[in-house]
Amino acid sequence: MKKTDIPQDPSPLDKFTREVCYAVNENGEYETGLSRGWQVKADALGITLNDVQQRVEDARKKIAAGEVSVLLFFIEANMMDVPMVAAYTGFWQWTVKRHLKPQVFKNLSDKKLQKYAEVFKVSVNELRNFE
Amino acid sequence: MQINFKHIQSAHCENGVTTNLLYHAGVTQLTEPLAFGIGAGIFYIHIPFMKVNGGPAISFRTMPGYIFSRTCKALGVEVVRKKFSSKEKAQQFLDACLANNQPAGCQVGVYYLTYFPEEFRFHFNAHNLVVYGKEGDRYLISDPVMETVTHLSAADLERVRFAKGALAPEGQIYYPKQVKQVTNEQIRNAIIKGIKHAAWFMTETPVPILGVAGIRFTAGRIRTWRESLGVRRAGLYLAQLVRMGEEIGTGGAGFRFVYAAFLQQAHKYIPNDNLPAIADRFTEIGDLWRASSVQASAVYKGRLTEQKDFDTMSDMLLHIADKEKEAFKALLKIKWK
Repeated sequence: MKKTDIPQDPSPLDKFTREVCYAVNENGEYETGLSRGWQVKADALGITLNDVQQRVEDARKKIAAGEVSVLLFFIEANMMDVPMVAAYTGFWQWTVKRHLKPQVFKNLSDKKLQKYAEVFKVSVNELRNFE
Repeated sequence: MQINFKHIQSAHCENGVTTNLLYHAGVTQLTEPLAFGIGAGIFYIHIPFMKVNGGPAISFRTMPGYIFSRTCKALGVEVVRKKFSSKEKAQQFLDACLANNQPAGCQVGVYYLTYFPEEFRFHFNAHNLVVYGKEGDRYLISDPVMETVTHLSAADLERVRFAKGALAPEGQIYYPKQVKQVTNEQIRNAIIKGIKHAAWFMTETPVPILGVAGIRFTAGRIRTWRESLGVRRAGLYLAQLVRMGEEIGTGGAGFRFVYAAFLQQAHKYIPNDNLPAIADRFTEIGDLWRASSVQASAVYKGRLTEQKDFDTMSDMLLHIADKEKEAFKALLKIKWK
């Protein structure tokens, strides 16, 4: 990549920092330059984030249909999975899976809900009264 | 309390932490490309049967911590590295370091990193930063991918140091043990060691998912993605491949440009005429990686959706694999005097 070809496309990076790129100058020597972003990777990030949104919407539908507990919404919204939630809360993985059943989740004690609340940065109340 | 610490922005977090910490310890010749090359950071792996954020597990860089450890070892600098099970002890240890005027490298998770905008917060646990001071409840942070220094509250720092999931940092902290000057002769030998290690790894490891063979493996998988996953998910998989090679913290093109820069800088220490020519090859390879990213983006943007487009992408990677094999083999053939 030539230094003059370092992409400067508007991207979510603008909220944050410019990034260092290595590129060659007119003599073929490497120099660093700063980039605002590149459309190709802004798009890659964009569709990945869309997919996260999609998963959250799917979780909402399943919750509304009574298939899973609200736990799934928070797992998806935080881009987590069952092993990761288990690691953060200290519950066993099979316990987390069990808590995904609506009838089990609604009878959980405040103490257990508190562990989820801490990981997802919400209150126990929000977990109990979803929407 | 604040240590006089020089923050230099870098393309990759661990290179930056390594360069900045060693600079502080007296190794003033070190640059980011040199740290990356000496630490043999260039890499490729595609782990089958494992998913990262719901996509393929691909990495263009070596395991977290290796660049720092290898660079220090090659330069004869002793390293202090500690993990913690207790959050209190982790903080006490960090505070003791700062009290001793010792900036400390920390491995952290990105997801709860408050100064990152939301778009960049993923469960990625191999980010590195330097803590270089404390003001009240606030830790002063030098994050090498940022243009300027920043800060984190004690609670926020604790949270990222004890992120969970794959490659959990477990409060890991590291720094060079003593202040030490390094001779150019030592740098020279370290460069040779780094090149040999990387070239051997990329071409001669007999594991079909590592190095050049790993790139071929990915190329083979891409051919099957459309059929087995459907166009939408296959696009997401390609987006993941692009992000691993291009996202902030890679210097672009899966670190290949940084490596080319390393070979150019190596030439200043080792006047071997093959080095600049091979550096040019890596520049070409980097450009090929970027061209493959453009092809991938046409797929995940929905402009190209047919099997032949996936085949093209696959062929591009095979071409890259061939070029990388030639380049690394050329490095292996160099006679070091």
